[in-house]
Amino acid sequence: MKTYLDNAATTKVAPEVMEVIKEYSTEKYGNASSLHSFGRKARDALEKARARIAKELNAAPEEIIFTASGTEADNLAIKETAFFHKDKGNHIITSKIEHPAVKETCRFLEEMGFEVTYLDVDKNGFVDLKQLEKAIKKNTILVSIMHANNEIGTIEPIDKIGEICRKKGVIFHTDAVQSFTKIPIDVKKIKADLISLSAHKIHGPKGIGVLYKRKNVKIGTLIHGGGHEFGLRSGTENVAGAVGFAKAVDLVDKEDIAKMKKLRDKLIDGLMKIPETILNGPKDKRLCNNVNVAFKYIEGEALVLRLDDEGVAASTGSACSSKSLLPSHVLIAIGLKPREAHGSLRLSLSKYTNEEEVDYALKVIPKVVEELRSISPLWRKK
Amino acid sequence: MQYSKKVLEAFKHPKNIGEIKNPDGLGKIGNPVCGDLMWIYIKVGKNKEGQEIIKDIKFKTFGCVAAIASSSMLTELAKGKTLKEAKKLSNKDIADALDKLPAPKMHCSNLAADGLKRAIEDYEKKKSLKTKQDKK
Repeated sequence: MKTYLDNAATTKVAPEVMEVIKEYSTEKYGNASSLHSFGRKARDALEKARARIAKELNAAPEEIIFTASGTEADNLAIKETAFFHKDKGNHIITSKIEHPAVKETCRFLEEMGFEVTYLDVDKNGFVDLKQLEKAIKKNTILVSIMHANNEIGTIEPIDKIGEICRKKGVIFHTDAVQSFTKIPIDVKKIKADLISLSAHKIHGPKGIGVLYKRKNVKIGTLIHGGGHEFGLRSGTENVAGAVGFAKAVDLVDKEDIAKMKKLRDKLIDGLMKIPETILNGPKDKRLCNNVNVAFKYIEGEALVLRLDDEGVAASTGSACSSKSLLPSHVLIAIGLKPREAHGSLRLSLSKYTNEEEVDYALKVIPKVVEELRSISPLWRKK
Repeated sequence: MQYSKKVLEAFKHPKNIGEIKNPDGLGKIGNPVCGDLMWIYIKVGKNKEGQEIIKDIKFKTFGCVAAIASSSMLTELAKGKTLKEAKKLSNKDIADALDKLPAPKMHCSNLAADGLKRAIEDYEKKKSLKTKQDKK
């Protein structure tokens, strides 16, 4: 049996999505800027896709900017806010558990002379709202805090963060790549000014993302060229990608969220029965498809490859699995010791994950953990 | 991380896993940066020429794919060798026998060779203590 439990990394493209991608790649393949009927058809489809994604956020279509990825959306939001508003101030606030797309962009801006505050999080990954409020200074121009964490599933209180930022007159960006369509966002209620989204986490294609930008918020241009996407990022529009993204949004069913939650809890309960296991991230206010645990005395890369042999695809925040050989900054930020981060395992579900697969994972994982512990000098059966 | 076929094979089917009860030598080594740990157990015997050899060797490792594979490879390379030869085993020998390790992982195989050196040193220390005691 094979089971793919790495849906936070990427998901399978839904067959319905694949159909429209094919249609807009082989039949209706025009350039959306062309005047002829091929171009007009493409433009029409692109604008419909834009409207569909806008609707999901209760936003206006002109607030939706298509990008080539969630990472690009983060870069556009953060860099181009910073550069555009640098005369007002040079201070940015973010958290210690952001995705590298945000973290590394902030590091780059530090090199460019901006000042960045990295907010602490508690043991479950939540930012401290009081600390945020205190950190906002006269020269603060941007706050960037993710909606839901990609490693440990923590859902940040972006409604409250938005309130604080609005009150202080600071632009608020949130990376909602992991949470989009899993947790509703209504931009009329949530005071986020910039929101990053990505298609391939919700059974859409890779290579297409979105930045929601509130109408009155001004940012600069990331990619110069023919003036596409309101002049903020040029390049011939990825119509097939945008249409595929919109289709993926169409396919979202609330019942899938409830199903994922149920299976997530079954997985967590089953894995926590393994002795000396730590649950990373909160029990509640957790992404419906995220499981993250750490098994003491074993190492995650070895665990992931051994599980792969058994047909279970998962991921880890172990230092040994990263190019830098540093443990996950998220697990360290929530207080894990490097040795504990070593044995971390992330399992992430999709709407296609079924109970049989979860049962299979629950059969295989304890066995593999036991095997690896048996060769670990630190493990002594208690 | 891209591993060679030999690394994956050694990881999937590691040889000489476990402990030796009352070992002649035990070498414990760790990498403080990543947290990896290796314990190398040896039993010393003699060959026909009367030279001391690694008669048996086992390991326990807390670490990644490369750490487990290199521990296993070390035990295979060391088994039957004279202590003099075994001491000469290096990080490079293990990596070569595994068809190379990814560059950032070279420290893992370093550990295995150093772990064995420590086990042999442990044996030699115990032996010299014993000889001294015997002389008394």
